[in-house]
Amino acid sequence: MGKLKTQSLQKRDSDLAQSNRQLEILSNGIFKTGELPTFAKKIKETTNHFPLRPRKLEILQINVGYMCNQVCEHCHVDAGPDRKEIMTWETMEQCLDVIRNTGAHTLDLTGGAPEMNPHFRRFVEEASKAGIKDFIVRSNLTIIRANKKHYDLPDFFKKHNVHVVSSMPHWTRGKTDKQRGEGVFDLSIKALQELNARGYGMPDSDLRLDLVYNPSGAFLPGDQDAMEKDFKKALMEDFGIQFHSLFAITNLPIARFLDYLIASENYEDYMYQLVEAYNPAAVQNVMCTNTISISWDGYLYDCDFNQMLELKVASKVQHISEYNEEVLNDRDIIISQHCYGCTAGAGSSCQGAVTE
Amino acid sequence: MSYYDPKDLRKFGDITEWSEELGTKFFDYYGKVFEEGALTAREKSLIALAVAHTEQCPYCIDAYTKDSLQRGVTKEEMMEAVHVGAAIKSGATLVHGVMMMNKVNKLDG
Repeated sequence: MGKLKTQSLQKRDSDLAQSNRQLEILSNGIFKTGELPTFAKKIKETTNHFPLRPRKLEILQINVGYMCNQVCEHCHVDAGPDRKEIMTWETMEQCLDVIRNTGAHTLDLTGGAPEMNPHFRRFVEEASKAGIKDFIVRSNLTIIRANKKHYDLPDFFKKHNVHVVSSMPHWTRGKTDKQRGEGVFDLSIKALQELNARGYGMPDSDLRLDLVYNPSGAFLPGDQDAMEKDFKKALMEDFGIQFHSLFAITNLPIARFLDYLIASENYEDYMYQLVEAYNPAAVQNVMCTNTISISWDGYLYDCDFNQMLELKVASKVQHISEYNEEVLNDRDIIISQHCYGCTAGAGSSCQGAVTE
Repeated sequence: MSYYDPKDLRKFGDITEWSEELGTKFFDYYGKVFEEGALTAREKSLIALAVAHTEQCPYCIDAYTKDSLQRGVTKEEMMEAVHVGAAIKSGATLVHGVMMMNKVNKLDG
């Protein structure tokens, strides 16, 4: 792969590597002066979902580490090759206990590049035996072609009936490489072709291959169905590639995306866009109401974004070692202004839009 | 300070406050025009972007550049749309050259 875009905020020793600094920015300025309403105020005024509470748990999302072979410009995890936070086998075993007993129907592995965790394959093998209905691995695609030892990942995924979800910011090389690094587009195309060759993403195949689209700059995603049509047409015409669904995800103003918004003087405008696009109908389905996010060191969060902001669940149970679904479900969800990202337009979650 | 303030675009909806019926009718119509129809919303966005340039409306350029990006339109496509607008604009000027030629021929032919 070509040149990496940048280094993580942590490596750069940036102010914004600190989660409390990010939270401070999100609570100050236009939200402190009242120019824009805080998220809490907005949902209080427009819905009966305050405080925000979980519904039935459906998705267990496990972040197995922040290490990644890419350094995407807008990564909310601030992931990269320089990040050393990796889930140990001991914590994975605690996760496996939970996976075997959970009422959730979906298991969602993410990172960083989850495949870079040295215990990744063993974990997938064990987890796939637990009989969870939908087993997702969020693969960045380039990892499949990054090193010979990963070349057989498509076969490995197929063997364990893994549902592959991959990021693809655009169907053109220029826009993809701008966001994700030079050479990412070509490697991603090659990886998608490999997955297609195994049956992934084919129209009648049970081997699910979905793509995630998030905008390459300071603007919101367009209509998910229309984008899916455009992606399908272009990837088929240009490369003969097929996939099942496209999830359009809004960039949340945290970590490297927040850094980008501030540096490019787009922060205020972006927050305006999010608040103006606020859709009260999306509130009841935001993903924190049906998801628990688990970090590399076993702590529990309302979502992957709260994980990156180090906002642990407001519950007696805060760690996988003491996991109790009933106790956990009886909690208030922690919110701040970044949550506007999940309620803009048709809503946004790791599974894409949340309203029809 | 310039006559145009980018923040005023956010207040566009306020025009309804001084004439509710007409403002509401306009925004209903506007919203309907840009819905997916025989043309896709993406195609409409590109048409709007080209017209925004020929009208030289800064608010519209701002709005439809962003709208195009949201719909996955590439910068190459956007610039081609602007050229379409520019070609019509310059063509509209040049085709009047025929009038000038007619007049010359009549007066001094």
